[in-house]
Amino acid sequence: MSTPDTRAGSDSLHSRGSDVLRPGWGYASVTDKIANIVLTDHFGWRWWTAFLFASAGVCALLLAVTWLLVKGIGIWGVDIPVAWGYAIGNFVWWIGIGHAGTFISAVLLLLRQKWRTSINRFAEAMTLFAASIAGLFPILHLGRPWFFYWLVPYPNVMNVWPQWRSPLVWDFFAIATYLTVSLLFWYVGLIPDLATLRDRAGQRGERAAQIAYGLLALGWRGEARHWARYEWAYLLLAGLATPLVVSVHTIVSLDFAVGNTPGYHSTIFPPYFVAGALFSGFAMVLTLAIPLRRAFGLHDFITGRHLANAAKVLLATSWLVSYGYLAEIFTAFYSGDVYERYMTVNRFTGPYAPVYWAMLTCNVLVPQLFWFRRVRHSVALLFLLSLVINCGMWMERFLIVVTSLHRDYLPSAWGMFYPTRWDWITLFGSIALFVWLFLLFVRLLPAISIAEMRELVRESAQGEA
Amino acid sequence: MSDHALYGLLAEFPSADSLCAAARHVRARGWTKVEAYSPYAIEGLDDIIGAEKGWIAPLTLLGGILGGAGTYFLQWYAAVVDYPINIGGRPLNSWPAFIPATFEITILGAALAATVAMLALNGLPRLYHPLFEVEEFELASRNRFFLCLPARDPVFAPGPARDLLEELHPLLLREVPA
Repeated sequence: MSTPDTRAGSDSLHSRGSDVLRPGWGYASVTDKIANIVLTDHFGWRWWTAFLFASAGVCALLLAVTWLLVKGIGIWGVDIPVAWGYAIGNFVWWIGIGHAGTFISAVLLLLRQKWRTSINRFAEAMTLFAASIAGLFPILHLGRPWFFYWLVPYPNVMNVWPQWRSPLVWDFFAIATYLTVSLLFWYVGLIPDLATLRDRAGQRGERAAQIAYGLLALGWRGEARHWARYEWAYLLLAGLATPLVVSVHTIVSLDFAVGNTPGYHSTIFPPYFVAGALFSGFAMVLTLAIPLRRAFGLHDFITGRHLANAAKVLLATSWLVSYGYLAEIFTAFYSGDVYERYMTVNRFTGPYAPVYWAMLTCNVLVPQLFWFRRVRHSVALLFLLSLVINCGMWMERFLIVVTSLHRDYLPSAWGMFYPTRWDWITLFGSIALFVWLFLLFVRLLPAISIAEMRELVRESAQGEA
Repeated sequence: MSDHALYGLLAEFPSADSLCAAARHVRARGWTKVEAYSPYAIEGLDDIIGAEKGWIAPLTLLGGILGGAGTYFLQWYAAVVDYPINIGGRPLNSWPAFIPATFEITILGAALAATVAMLALNGLPRLYHPLFEVEEFELASRNRFFLCLPARDPVFAPGPARDLLEELHPLLLREVPA
């Protein structure tokens, strides 16, 4: 569909360009460009191909989960002493990926970073999907997942409460809150755009879409008093989400640090986990943003500056994560604790050493390429490196969970963890579920905030005028 | 106040600046219930039309306090009163272990309060509104700016209101049926 302006000339205002929005865009053209991605009937063969593959993966995940419910977690490679395997590693990995979305939306909003506008919406969607998938793993890992609601404090006939001193219960509160607040933040941000979609769909005579978006938009009209309260509430939500981002992964790290297993019992864990979360989350932002801008021609909105900024964040968080690795090694030797020292040497030379060295390559060495301007501005390289970092962070989570458990205090209790095919299917199935949700999201909701882009148009025009 | 069921008069403007100028002009003539509609939040427009400061921040604080205090009370009641368990002689009210859940539900209570307060104070959800009857109003969510003089304003009178808006040279002027 073309983008005709109905009356009185074309756009009343044209942006003259800034490096977060390419020049030539006005209110109407920005609105129509983003709304048309959603309202078009033609999804294209690329979307359908990706959707089919993702659906196949989701079916595999459903199969794996069904088999798990039938047989129990013995179908995974977990056993004593390694009772936590892929499920817990995947959980920490996914919840970490979920962190960049809220970080981009909330922290960068508070810091008034204009470059967040083009990427915050889909980063928030990424957070929601990743956090939901993360929440599945501890539940599936319970052994009897259908009793997961025992974590909820409610007066029950057994007359027992959750164990408040247990990190598992803290996790429940942290993840449930994180999911709910992320959902609120995302939905509140969507309301004006849903109203835009309602009006655009009405204009195109698409009655069903108009009703659906109209119900979700709650009757938003863009009244000045409403906007004032809306902006206030959105800012408050951002301010509330910011400490939440830090607290959630801190609590996840306490799952480990509260136990006294060598390699778990470390005070560096909370900040180190938060840094790792931002590292993997920003890598996932790049992994999603690069295909998204290519598929829908969003180069003017998600510019080279966005990608380069994300690369700089990756470089910084890579150093934070590296500091975490160093601090772990230093503490182990400085403590003089024989078990801690053995665990560290075992990471260097033990049966999981190849994973350790591969992780260091992915998370410490490879990100150093971001020092080079040419790497930061090469879209293909950024995409490739973001995939490498995602893999590296997954290996880090795996190592934290498994290497500490497989050699603890008593050599007679040592053992190995080998993943089974169901471990692999669950891991890749969860990735497929993530992709599947994301594909639906870009077709049903605006992947870029339309209302905020209109503000950016106005500011770009004023800044240059 | 209103005669023959009129919601108000609606004028359309091409830019944020012309809307702000129009709103200022109308407010200077003693209108108190002016409504302005725009496709994005215009800084300062709420002050021009005389929007009162909202209750969102105090309500958010209240939500946070209720969430945090309630959660701490729940944990204390469960661990000290209803089901005390002696674990190695540690105190029953082991407050450091109660902080994570307390902190999380403080945030949750505040966030829920902020969202609900915003919607409630805005009178949302309200799926039907007389303005939706004006066909051109759908551009308020795209690229146009609207000023509405509602019939419930004490100084409203159809003739003078129309003249006042015409002085501002709007792109369009419409009567909105109630």
